[in-house]
Amino acid sequence: MSGVEPIPAVAAPVRPGAGPWRQAATRILRNRSALTAGAGLLLIALVCLLAPVYAGSIAHTDPFVSNISGTTVVGGQEVQVLQQSTEGLGLGVTPIGPTGDPGHYLLGADNQGRDVMARLLYGGRNSLLVGVSSALLCCALATVLGVVAGYFGGWIDAVLSRFFDVIWAFPVYLLAICLSVVLLTSGLHLGPVHIDAGSLALPIVIIALIYVPYVARPLRGQVMALRDKEFLHAAVGLGASDLRIMRREVLPNILPTVVVFLPLMTALNMLTESALSFLSVGVQSPDASWGTIINDGLALLYTRPMITIAAGLFVALTAVALNVFGDGVRDALDPNARLRGGA
Amino acid sequence: MKRNLPIAAGAALLALSVSACSGASSPAAPAGSAGTADSSQTSPAGFQEQHKGGTLRLQAKSGDGTLDPHINYSNGNWQIFQAMYDGLLAFKKVGGEASYDLVPDLAEAMPQVSPDGRSYTFTLRKGVKFAGGGEVTADDVVASFERIYKVSGPTSGTFYAGIVGAAACVKKPKECTLDKGVVADKAKNTVTINLVEPDSEFPLKLALPHAAVLPKDTPDKDQGTKPIGGTGPYMAVSYDPNKELKLVRNPDFTEWSREAQPQGYPDEIVYSYGLTAEAAVTAVQNGQADWVFDPLPADRLSEIGTKYASQAHVNQLSAFWYLPLNTNLAPFDKPEARQALNWAIDRQAVVKMFGGANVAQPACTLLPPGIPGHADFCDFPQPDLAKAKDLVQQSGTAGQEVAVVVSDDEVSKQIGEYVRSTLEQIGYQAKLKVISTNIHFTYIQNDKNKVQVSVSQWYADYPAASDFLHVLLSCASFRAGSDSSINISGYCDKDIDARMAEAMTLDRTDKNAANAKWGEIDRDLTKASPIIPLFTPKQVDFVSSRVGNYQFHKQFFMLVSQLWVK
Repeated sequence: MSGVEPIPAVAAPVRPGAGPWRQAATRILRNRSALTAGAGLLLIALVCLLAPVYAGSIAHTDPFVSNISGTTVVGGQEVQVLQQSTEGLGLGVTPIGPTGDPGHYLLGADNQGRDVMARLLYGGRNSLLVGVSSALLCCALATVLGVVAGYFGGWIDAVLSRFFDVIWAFPVYLLAICLSVVLLTSGLHLGPVHIDAGSLALPIVIIALIYVPYVARPLRGQVMALRDKEFLHAAVGLGASDLRIMRREVLPNILPTVVVFLPLMTALNMLTESALSFLSVGVQSPDASWGTIINDGLALLYTRPMITIAAGLFVALTAVALNVFGDGVRDALDPNARLRGGA
Repeated sequence: MKRNLPIAAGAALLALSVSACSGASSPAAPAGSAGTADSSQTSPAGFQEQHKGGTLRLQAKSGDGTLDPHINYSNGNWQIFQAMYDGLLAFKKVGGEASYDLVPDLAEAMPQVSPDGRSYTFTLRKGVKFAGGGEVTADDVVASFERIYKVSGPTSGTFYAGIVGAAACVKKPKECTLDKGVVADKAKNTVTINLVEPDSEFPLKLALPHAAVLPKDTPDKDQGTKPIGGTGPYMAVSYDPNKELKLVRNPDFTEWSREAQPQGYPDEIVYSYGLTAEAAVTAVQNGQADWVFDPLPADRLSEIGTKYASQAHVNQLSAFWYLPLNTNLAPFDKPEARQALNWAIDRQAVVKMFGGANVAQPACTLLPPGIPGHADFCDFPQPDLAKAKDLVQQSGTAGQEVAVVVSDDEVSKQIGEYVRSTLEQIGYQAKLKVISTNIHFTYIQNDKNKVQVSVSQWYADYPAASDFLHVLLSCASFRAGSDSSINISGYCDKDIDARMAEAMTLDRTDKNAANAKWGEIDRDLTKASPIIPLFTPKQVDFVSSRVGNYQFHKQFFMLVSQLWVK
């Protein structure tokens, strides 16, 4: 990997002679903000992964089955989960609010009488899954397209760049909503790819696609800069094939940038998923995500704001943690970058 | 009539004589809760001069389309049209049960009906004037009936298809002439309407806004936002569906029948558009508006029912919410599968989603209480999941995929999610498909879209059993591949069809026998379960503290012109 340029030591001293990845790891371990954010992320992910345990063993509830006529226990008394107003004209039905008891609707119930806390944990699994998967898919596609466009140049670059321009020309949320509305009706059937309408894979693919130009563009520029480097000319001179050069010489040099993009794109994609789900064009029932839960809570904003607040807090905390962690990764891998005015 | 609003309404002491199938009656509202017994409220005798004047401020999220009474088919504008237009007959403009009574309006008296039931002769009142125009004549009546077809009115091919010459008018609207169907005798000042076949419901159809009498020189095209001068106590002076509809007193109006068209109280009625229901409720609470048209937000109902009980009015509607099951598509092509879902649905639970027991009543019958022919029975009284699962097994459809297609309004989404969950519980693989309210109603009607089950509502066009059973479930109401196939289930039973025709014929001679027959048909249809009734809704009207003389009309809802703001 002859082309990796030495990273100047700036923020934190590192052991001389260590490889660039090791140096990056050392820098991250010395970055308290990034470490805290990373730990927070791990905690959120772990808690969400334990959703079935919480629902089955603690809350004793199925968060995907309506429980409109059900009852629960609050302060030793059996009460309806959805409570009919008994005052005045007796209009309206209100779900039970937060009880503080993990075994009995810790954060209250939604309109269907389902445990909000259990749904938040299950919803978190899907939000994180969509965020991470779409970021991985987006970065993978962008890397391939960026490398091909930057390496070959000429008409290939022109075609791919115009493709990026076309996607970039649309407001990102508008494009996502349009694609979602169309694909949610019939699913995605493109050659060998078949994704059913309502499948979780659909928002993953849509979100990944709309952000491809945002990652591919800088990668393309970076590859174009690498094309004039001596190590690349040397590889050509030695008779290496284009594929080999891209794989063995170009890719390793842009990998740190891709790694920097991953957590940032995960945060962005998760927010996009939440927005789409809030608009009912993201994750579809019976699946839930933090976005769908915020949407569920909208109708109860006046009487049971905790549903929306709790889901919103989860989204905000996770996005902040991902961004802080992403900044840490970027600082570690590319200390010269000044994208956010940091190190 | 599919209404454009899922009306949330609440309970009351009032007309809870209407008992639901399962014997589940709505609980009586607590003593002292004002604003409850509204349906029984009737107008005070005579006009109360001291309450005349002021501006009534109504609020809605958006306008309800064209202001042309021959074309508009929305409950929002039908309500307003009551103060602007008249037909030959009218539903009595009072609150309560009497509001379903027909009275002569532009006609002097109820029509003389020929022995064969095919001719209705009306003598017109003298001295009734159009706003800014001349006196109402027989020519205006003839021209108005022809205009129904010339503008291709939405009910020209249904409600008024029985008039002699109507068939040709429906085919070639621009060349429409009803010279044999609607005959004027200027000397006698009479109009005779001739029908191809007797139609016992025809007088009811004459009292709807689509049969309003307009000036004969009204252009034969949709007038859109351009007001047409009517004979009512108010006339529109401006209309922008995105901003405001303004009505002022019709200077040419003189009260000719308090029952048919009473003089109005406010000097002006201003209908403002743009606020969300949430914001409009707050405006009414603050006294900045007098009434909210849109369904009240579910999370505000409790507050309105407690803090503003005296300003809330709750009334039973002639309507029901239901699940149409596609009887031509698996799994609901099997009667056992349809009955399984009928057994599995917990109607009390669905009622909770609509706002609770004081806002809706569980429904077991297809004919809502108050509609002639309604019979008290309940063949699917309580949810029985075990029985439902057995029926699913018997039908051989267990494990099949079912998509529940609902519109994106909050109540429909909630019900859809519940139905999805219930289908899963009885052995299907169910998913929810939410589509825009703008396209939902036409989408679920077209059998090409292969909708298996959906959530829909039906509000009475007029009080008749046929407006529910014949319209929703007759063979003729199903049109393959059409967006306008109101028999959403695609259900067709020739025997039931024949019995419905028999009931309609019987209605002309023996109403009691006809009603009994409709009740039997209702029961047999309920057993066959092509549609599953969920609940009959109530209307909750929330008015400002200054509003008085609230009256609820069963056909056209709150009588806007009779409200006091002074």
